[in-house]
Amino acid sequence: MALVREPIDPAEVLARVGHDEDGAALLFLGTVRNHADERPVTGITYEAYEEMAAPVLSDIAGEAAELLGTDRLVVVHRVGELTVGEHSVAIAASSPHRAQAFEASRYVIEEIKKRLPVWKKEHYAGGRDEWVAGTTPTAAGQPAGVEERR
Amino acid sequence: MSVQALFFAAYRDLLGTRALSVELPEGATVADLVATLRGRGAPYSALPVEPAVAVNRAYALLSETLQAGDEVAFIPPVAGG
Repeated sequence: MALVREPIDPAEVLARVGHDEDGAALLFLGTVRNHADERPVTGITYEAYEEMAAPVLSDIAGEAAELLGTDRLVVVHRVGELTVGEHSVAIAASSPHRAQAFEASRYVIEEIKKRLPVWKKEHYAGGRDEWVAGTTPTAAGQPAGVEERR
Repeated sequence: MSVQALFFAAYRDLLGTRALSVELPEGATVADLVATLRGRGAPYSALPVEPAVAVNRAYALLSETLQAGDEVAFIPPVAGG
């Protein structure tokens, strides 16, 4: 589990899972898209509270490994300035059967969005930029279930 | 006692600073820290009354009692992934 500054290599992440016991391997990629609410986007800057994000990411991965039933799970989140088409997050999971791999992978991305201390600033065509409205984490690290718009 | 307040993303932009040492009375809580900062006036008064916070890198309640040297991060709504 790691925060990285360099571009993510999806094949390398996927290659880190898998086992002769496993009939399913999944790779999820989060990617910078070229629009947000119909506004053209040229890139996103990701910022992290790195000293806290690293242990939170490990916690999330540990919880997901229980759903997965194996420890063959890798999560990488990028920080810094990304352009359209670059990957912000990669999640690889493998398990004997597909259901567990799908469930664990989905769990990781949803929990990242609820409680990983990471923020993103979208850069729009024309030069404006804006912090993206996110989710307020609660003290227990669980979602408040409220989307805040700024 | 003094604690270290950290600000990220929109909060850092709002205040123009990433870290601040704040003097508080012994026994102060996170809520007391928030009130102290907000009481400084603009731009601090624009911080939420009840922000999400982390004390020493773990999410915490506003009622948590602080110790000298604690690191208190003000966590804007998160948007990873």
